[in-house]
Amino acid sequence: MLAIAIWWLATEAFDVDPFFLPGPPDVVDAFGRLPGYLLRETWVTLLETLIGFGIAAAGGLVIAVVLAASRTVERMTLPLIAGINAVPKVALAPLLLVWIGFGSQPKIVMVVLLCFFPIMISTMAGVTSTPSDLGELAHSLSASWWQTFLKVRLPWALPQVFVGLKVATSLAIIGAIIGEVIQPDRGLGSVVVSSGQSADTPLAFAALTLLAVMGATLFYLVAALERMLVPWAKAVSS
Amino acid sequence: MIQVAGLSQTFKARTGTVEALRNINLEIANGEFLAVIGRSGCGKSTLLRLIAGLLRPSVGGVLLAGEQVTRPRRDVAMVFQRPALLPWRTVLDNVLLPIEIFRLKRSEHQDHAMRLLAMTGLTAFANRLPHELSGGMQQRVSLCRALIQRPKVMLMDEPFSALDALTREELAVELQRIHMELGTTVVFVTHSIQEAVLLADRVAVLSARPGRLRRLVDVDIPRPRSFGHNAHLEQVATVSAELHQLLLHNDEPQQHTPEPRPPRTRTRRGVLT
Ligand SMILES: Nc1ncnc2c1ncn2[C@@H]1O[C@H](COP(=O)(O)OP(=O)(O)O)[C@@H](O)[C@H]1O
Ligand SMILES: [Mg+2]
Repeated sequence: MLAIAIWWLATEAFDVDPFFLPGPPDVVDAFGRLPGYLLRETWVTLLETLIGFGIAAAGGLVIAVVLAASRTVERMTLPLIAGINAVPKVALAPLLLVWIGFGSQPKIVMVVLLCFFPIMISTMAGVTSTPSDLGELAHSLSASWWQTFLKVRLPWALPQVFVGLKVATSLAIIGAIIGEVIQPDRGLGSVVVSSGQSADTPLAFAALTLLAVMGATLFYLVAALERMLVPWAKAVSS
Repeated sequence: MIQVAGLSQTFKARTGTVEALRNINLEIANGEFLAVIGRSGCGKSTLLRLIAGLLRPSVGGVLLAGEQVTRPRRDVAMVFQRPALLPWRTVLDNVLLPIEIFRLKRSEHQDHAMRLLAMTGLTAFANRLPHELSGGMQQRVSLCRALIQRPKVMLMDEPFSALDALTREELAVELQRIHMELGTTVVFVTHSIQEAVLLADRVAVLSARPGRLRRLVDVDIPRPRSFGHNAHLEQVATVSAELHQLLLHNDEPQQHTPEPRPPRTRTRRGVLT
């Protein structure tokens, strides 16, 4: 709220040209001009983000569990995964165009590429950080590997898993936008690109505002899910 | 109940081998309360883990109810220094964890769990999460979790040492009551002479590295015992002094250096109770 007020004051006080920095009224005006168009493109971007995020979360969790289960598998595959993650994703976008073509799929792939690694790494960190006394307890009860995993290691890892998920919410949106800017056939990314071409800065700001709202909503949804599933996390960490 | 025969344990560490225990021989009777006392690092936890079957002995072995111990058993329960509760489970669910792991019916053991909670004064906290409880209460929960197994043997590794002095005494008295009630065989590692004298039928004193059995001291004081004033203060003082002496002069060959107090004989065996 305060940020918006300062933004407004600054644009009014210095009489900034809306082409460089539109004030809030200009942006609201842009919403008013093209509400259907903006909402439709928001929906496209949101879907790409959510699908990609879901795939990355499921994949990241499963792969993390597999890697945590076996040190040999971890040693064999983790360098490969880390190597792939080190490739700048932006550089992959043109290749995705060649491989997958147009449409939502290459954007979803981009989302998955960006989100997968942080989710996997934080989950792995979680499932390998079981305190030794809990491990010893499970051992003294002759718990099987699977029982230990389900009843001790996985719940213990949940706070860490959520760290990864929260980081991934913003990366998911960034991924969708990278895809849409490089291949501007749909989504809010394409709105930003085309408004740049038509010098409609207020429209670009409207799109960016929608992205910000989407990002914040996603983040707080995940945070709410966290509070619901791991209400004990705060007490343990303090 | 438990026979420890020629037990030695050597660990391979990065800096070479560590001899933790050397040639321990012990026989623990059914229903006996044995305290194990010794300086830190002398192999007390290692001894307990060997009896629990959490560790393979380098040499020798442990017989429990006539069977060689090769892995953890259901009729042996452990209590650790820290409560080791699962923070996402309620107190009741934590107590029932062994039942779940053993794939037994929860509903058949729920009453037992509630009785144990009642016995330790935790009925009102059955549905709370561990972090809502004090340290002493958490350790009571972990005691209940051990007792739900109806263990023949309880192995306790400095269970009260992380608690404040008052809570420690309270829990020790409570443990004595439980032991008198259930007659479970208990091996209780501690570095508190006071606790050992309150609780134990016998005290095994271990010497510093490598851990060897230095002496078995009988504590022939009638139960229930209590801290502070009672009719057996003199005996308590004598046993405590003997344990003190054994711990302080750890590796010197045993000799009778005169000590200022108490001016009593040092053997326990002749004392009438
Ligand atoms: N898993 C292990 N690997 C290597 N050394 C160990 C291991 N466990 C215990 N030790 C060593 O054995 C000795 C006895 O340890 P411990 O039984 O924990 O002593 P205490 O419980 O009496 O303090 C220590 O020197 C410790 O460093
Ligand atoms: Mg220890």
